[in-house]
Amino acid sequence: MSAIALRGVSKAFPGGLAVRDVSIEIADGELLVVLGPSGSGKSTLLRLIAGLDEPTAGRIHIGGRDVTSDPPQARDLAMVFQNYALYPHKTVRDNLAFGLRMRRVDAAEVAARVDNAARLLGIDALLERKPAQLSGGQRQRVALGRALVRQPRAFLLDEPLSNLDPVLRASTRAELALLHRRLGTTMVYVTHDQEEAMTLGTRIAVMRDGRLEQLDTPLEVFRRPANVFVARFVGSPAMNVWRSDGRDLGIRPHDVEVMPPGAGDVDGQVEVVERLGTATLVHVRADRPDSELVRVVVAADRAIAVQERVGLRLRPDRLHYFDERTGERISVEADL
Amino acid sequence: MTRRGWGWPVVTAVLVVALILPLYWAVLSSLTPESRLFAAPSLVPRALVLTHYRALFEEHDFWVPIVNSLVVAGVTTVVSVVLGALCAYAAARLRFRGKAPLLAFVLAVSMFPQIAIVSPLYVVLRAAGLLNSYPGLALPYLSFAMPLTIWLLVGYFRQLPSDLEEAALVDGAGRLQAFREILLPLAWPGLATTAILTFLYSWNEFLFALSFTLGPERYTVPVAIALFRGQYQVPWGQILAGAIVATVPVAAVVVVAQRRIVAGLASGAVKG
Repeated sequence: MSAIALRGVSKAFPGGLAVRDVSIEIADGELLVVLGPSGSGKSTLLRLIAGLDEPTAGRIHIGGRDVTSDPPQARDLAMVFQNYALYPHKTVRDNLAFGLRMRRVDAAEVAARVDNAARLLGIDALLERKPAQLSGGQRQRVALGRALVRQPRAFLLDEPLSNLDPVLRASTRAELALLHRRLGTTMVYVTHDQEEAMTLGTRIAVMRDGRLEQLDTPLEVFRRPANVFVARFVGSPAMNVWRSDGRDLGIRPHDVEVMPPGAGDVDGQVEVVERLGTATLVHVRADRPDSELVRVVVAADRAIAVQERVGLRLRPDRLHYFDERTGERISVEADL
Repeated sequence: MTRRGWGWPVVTAVLVVALILPLYWAVLSSLTPESRLFAAPSLVPRALVLTHYRALFEEHDFWVPIVNSLVVAGVTTVVSVVLGALCAYAAARLRFRGKAPLLAFVLAVSMFPQIAIVSPLYVVLRAAGLLNSYPGLALPYLSFAMPLTIWLLVGYFRQLPSDLEEAALVDGAGRLQAFREILLPLAWPGLATTAILTFLYSWNEFLFALSFTLGPERYTVPVAIALFRGQYQVPWGQILAGAIVATVPVAAVVVVAQRRIVAGLASGAVKG
């Protein structure tokens, strides 16, 4: 039985449809990442699950029970907000204890669970402070802790890492993965960062304009993107896509090889060289009328210079074909 | 302020003098013996006496109107802030049909000129047997105080981030619990401001108090002071002493609550 099920869920706002007919079955213990650019409806989807908004159409089931019109407090979920939403007038301890108090857990149990969660997250020294006295990273931990102590049916996380600096973001990301493995609780994780999606998700739901574009495991989304939008949005550096013979062709920067001129499928001139340390990203202008820059990843130690003439070989088994009009994947040729 | 020149200091000084001078004059005159009140006016006090204040409490029993005013203004303030906060919360956060017309109606209520509703209210209060009673004053005051309270608090609640209450709801709190535990503590400055304004309004109100009280035992401070004037003489000294006494509680309330208003409690609620 699925932990959370969305069946044909839509949400209309006065400005238009934020979520259009989305159906997802989230398995027990799964970490589903909802990925999409801003305005894609991913946060609205999370609010619908939390009960903070009510869907215009469709049903939402949690643990097999229809909760579509239940208020948030009846759903037993915990949510981590993007800006943390810590109660500024309460100490960290009271912030953590609030949810338990509201659910009438007895005082000794509350104290034990708060201490436990605080130790788990390394914030036990901060329990008597107010949120204003904490750093961004510490606030983020308190927000996580507030969700943890509840031992809810599922966690909802709304871009929990987007307000952290890059170093902290990377380490917290790993900690979240660890936490999920340890707790085994269902999580729904909203982000616009495809790297977070790829590394954290057991499955990824890619959204655009309120629509579910693809729902699959990270590798499957990466290898067989359902359409041009997903192909371009997932994977870094982004996939090269160009138009040829009435369809769109795509190839990832890792699947292009740099050869001597004349040895590949097409020749071109190096325009930009970006040395990332672990690899080098090269932008090549192919010798074609109005050609866009082709992104190619080469080994970091490879000598390559701007203005250099090169040949490009596209690995034929890694080419993606999309319908020129609809952008949908055409599977016949490449997917064997 | 980095603006240079003498323009601003002069304007500020003129304003301060214009505001302070009448108050100073009142304090000074209330301490001047009756016989000298109409002598050549002077800004420097020569003889200071407490006779007017003594007369105020001994001849006129000024405690009675003070107590009356405190009771009426206090009850009006408490009821109006408590009920107003609940109404304002609903208006600021909940979605329901006809909210905009309802708020417009609330505002419209406060737009009637007071004098236009004195007579109908008099008739209603007489029929209800509430003339010359505390409820007979507090109820009409509420009809004016509530719209003010509701509108001030709706504006204040709306500017508080709704994330916090949503977090509380997901945490398992009901609407009222989220209101009491999260919103109210954060809205303290707004509540204090609203309470002060309501208190000031009720404390200073004159027309209703004059119309709906019948005898000295129910007079409020403004009415009592206004009715000091006898048939043959106007006891200016006592009137001014009464005015000073009436100013003290108001000044005290503002000074005490000011700190609350200035303290920005909402800082640190969200990132940044």
